[in-house]
Amino acid sequence: MALLRTFPSREALKRPRQGVIDLAVLVGAAALLWVVVRLWHGITVPWDETTAPSTVSTDPAELPYYAARSLLRMFAALALSVVFTLVYATAAARLRRAEKVLLPVLDILQSVPILGFLSVTITGFIALFPGSELGLECASIFAIFTSQAWNMTFAFYQSLVSQPRDLDEASRLLRLSKWQRFWRVDVPSGMIPLVWNGMMSFGGGWFFLVASEALSVNNHSYALPGIGSYVATATANSELGRVLLAIGVMIVLVVGVNVVFWRPLTAWAERFRVEDSESAQAPRSLMLDLLRRSRIPRLLGRALGWLVAPLDRMMAVFGLAEHPLRTSPARRRVGDVIFAVVVLGSVAYGLTEMATFVVDTAGIAEVGHALLLGLATFGRVIVLVVVATAIWVPVGVWIGLNPKISRLAQPVVQVLASFPANFLFPLITGVLVATGISLDWGGILLMALGAQWYILFNVIAGASAIPNDLREAAANLRLPRKLWWRKLILPAIFASYVTGGITAAGGAWNASIVAEVVSYGPTTLTATGLGAYIAQATGSGDAARILIGVAVMSLYVVGLNRLFWRRLYALAERRFSL
Amino acid sequence: MQDNLITVDRVSKSFTGAAGDELRVLDEITLELRAGEIVALLGRSGSGKSTLLRTIAGLISPTGGTVRYRGTELNGANPGTAMVFQSFALMPWLTVQDNVELGLAAQGVPVAQRRERALAAIDLIGLDGFESAYPKELSGGMRQRVGFARALVLEPDVLLMDEPFSALDVLTAENLRTELMSLWAGQKFPTKAVCIVTHNIEEAVLLADRVIVLGANPGHIRAEVTVDLDRPRDRKSPTFEALVDRLYDLLTGREADRHEPEPTVATPTARPLPAASVGGLAGLVEIVHARGGRVDLPDIAADLNFEIDDLLPLVDAATMLGFVEVEGGDLTLTTVGKDFTTADIQRSKQLFAEQARHRAPLVRTVCRALATSADGSLRAGFFLDLLRRGFSAADAQRQLDTAIDWARYGELFDYDTDTDRITADPAAGLVPETQLRSH
Repeated sequence: MALLRTFPSREALKRPRQGVIDLAVLVGAAALLWVVVRLWHGITVPWDETTAPSTVSTDPAELPYYAARSLLRMFAALALSVVFTLVYATAAARLRRAEKVLLPVLDILQSVPILGFLSVTITGFIALFPGSELGLECASIFAIFTSQAWNMTFAFYQSLVSQPRDLDEASRLLRLSKWQRFWRVDVPSGMIPLVWNGMMSFGGGWFFLVASEALSVNNHSYALPGIGSYVATATANSELGRVLLAIGVMIVLVVGVNVVFWRPLTAWAERFRVEDSESAQAPRSLMLDLLRRSRIPRLLGRALGWLVAPLDRMMAVFGLAEHPLRTSPARRRVGDVIFAVVVLGSVAYGLTEMATFVVDTAGIAEVGHALLLGLATFGRVIVLVVVATAIWVPVGVWIGLNPKISRLAQPVVQVLASFPANFLFPLITGVLVATGISLDWGGILLMALGAQWYILFNVIAGASAIPNDLREAAANLRLPRKLWWRKLILPAIFASYVTGGITAAGGAWNASIVAEVVSYGPTTLTATGLGAYIAQATGSGDAARILIGVAVMSLYVVGLNRLFWRRLYALAERRFSL
Repeated sequence: MQDNLITVDRVSKSFTGAAGDELRVLDEITLELRAGEIVALLGRSGSGKSTLLRTIAGLISPTGGTVRYRGTELNGANPGTAMVFQSFALMPWLTVQDNVELGLAAQGVPVAQRRERALAAIDLIGLDGFESAYPKELSGGMRQRVGFARALVLEPDVLLMDEPFSALDVLTAENLRTELMSLWAGQKFPTKAVCIVTHNIEEAVLLADRVIVLGANPGHIRAEVTVDLDRPRDRKSPTFEALVDRLYDLLTGREADRHEPEPTVATPTARPLPAASVGGLAGLVEIVHARGGRVDLPDIAADLNFEIDDLLPLVDAATMLGFVEVEGGDLTLTTVGKDFTTADIQRSKQLFAEQARHRAPLVRTVCRALATSADGSLRAGFFLDLLRRGFSAADAQRQLDTAIDWARYGELFDYDTDTDRITADPAAGLVPETQLRSH
């Protein structure tokens, strides 16, 4: 039918004139370029470590500039994460021996509390760019990068190794070069996980942006112009109104980036879906519609299209995406052995160096101390998960089972989840200071500010995925409330709940580093726990204690994942998959 | 006289199983693909026909023997071939045109020439007008046409096809087959030879000049049947039907020169359980009974619209349990089979249990192990470990699943997912009452 229509449809006539759209796109692109150039000037100002400011101005007029600087940092980190993801994941998926090292490394990096390493990276980056703020800038970007990259890399790696077998065979038989294979098969087939994980990680990145802009490291305080240091300074000056203002700006930023960047991107990525059928609720975006109607992206695409063939020819030097069928098993074995010896040797060397360093400086007894402190933080995490479960599971189920409410609530919850919780710390801290409640308990609330939402939105997703048949069957059997929960709802949402729980617990551990030592105005509150231990070691630049603290926290996180969450996962897969 | 394009010389392929044992998939296969012919590789599932095709394509390496293309041993994807996949294997993010051009881009063909050749191939295969569509927007038949265009545009010496029509509905498949054959008969077909993997007997007789029948466990060449019929071929002609009957016989009958132990004495690895559900095999026995106790296999396959991959496991299972006998492409009901299908449900369950317990090797093995166990209960992992000596991990699991399915129906033993244990059913009397595990 659609093919036969020769007259313009009503929609086409109603459409705004092509020129207007093109103009809008052009103006938007020009404005973006101008902002980036302006910001870049700000970054390269002369800067000296000793005279560097430890606060920023809290004049509200500066806020837009700060927000833009923070945003630029976020996108720089995102770009870095994407490049890292493509290179690292491809190496891990395509090089047999590299995989044996790269994957475990990724596993470790995923569970290490990133904030603990800030002191090391800041010192390094400042040394790298003497006399420029660029060093500090890079350290902040690197901190955000470390919070984003591992997830994205893992997702892309998964998509590479689980690529449909026939696509792999087709590309080999078509004799694609490595370059062509990467851009025409590997990247497109991993685009959807890459974009979605990028979006989730970007949300998590705000937290680290705020944490890394204003820092006390090695007995020195730094502040980068940005929205995070604005809040830090306003908190130090007890300017509650300005903190609230910054929170408002932050909400605008989070929502704005979602609307103009992530939604168009996720909607665009739908074209890379491998399944035949379109997903029921494919994301849509006004912004993308606008870009699609404009001629400018198409012209740009055509211009760049001319580059494809010459690039293909140039990059053909990397050879075909094919591996020889016949290899000598003996040579392969020898290579494996040499590789294993080198890797194990360097790991053993590194571990002994680390051990002697710790024994020589802090002493081995310090590890026991850190383990005990870990128990205190562990207690907080348990209370947090239990309370968050008790509150958010019923709420999440209620939202998930009401399509109308869940359509409204989903975006709100997503904003809540990506809103940096440490932005709200000053408000809670103010209350704690005023009421005199100990941070030992208050810390739980601070940690929960960011972590609890993962439970909520996973439960919503799980509840809305319960097949309608089952709900109707339950209604038909007239299941009493208690049975309805026990036999239908809880089993059905179990798998999603476990996903939410594992993320919430991991996030809580990480947050403990900033939540167990907080200050408001002149008052500083400290809780007993591993997070406070790491934060204090970072502040005083005590490398041995940082190492111990981070290692012990990783131990807790990995141990709990292995012993508790993974088992629940396995149970969910075996018994409660729908 | 004919020139030899691809030579497969005593090719064997084995995989290392989960328990470190060698699992053989192909055994000493020798064949040649010559210019001007269509060769069909026909076999049931498990005969390694897809593996053989992928060795010819240079996608997987043989464990023994060699594959040569025009005299050169392969060490990577075979440069003289292009493949059409059962699942089409199109890049969903590329348009029809870009999909067809992809192989040319890999060869470094200049852009203008690429476009021209791709359009020619699209035109040849009847896709004009669809150049800018994405695969998602096309029906299955149209997608497979893109698959053909993508392969043909490369003008390979040999076109390889891996069950290219089996994902399509019957009418679309017939339509595409016919068009393909008229292209082949004309002089426009850009390849010299075709090798097609199929489990559809009629398709093999319809298309091929030579049908190579593969037997299973491990895959080996059972027979080579030359099809000397004029094209286009008439399905109703007596010679055609005779060939179909002969191929059915070859696929179901016993091989004279290969030793296959009787089900009553065989081990679980020597006689695997066919992947048949109780409902399916009971339905087959019922049909044979309803048609007077004797049916022709090609007939019921056609009536039920069954592929042989659907039908043969049921036939095998019914034969293994002694409900039917197969001879020359005919199924005959046995006395037990008649009792089984006419008795009431309790009695037929008993009959089924009796037959399964004695004639299904894996069920028998599990029953015996349970009888000698202390409390009539054993870990399922124990049996999986045993099975892994002869099967891949996935096949071992499938074997055990089938055994549990049969035994549950026959009330012989049961499996508990939570504890991962197999427990004797008290009613079956495998274990004395006093020994049974208390629940």
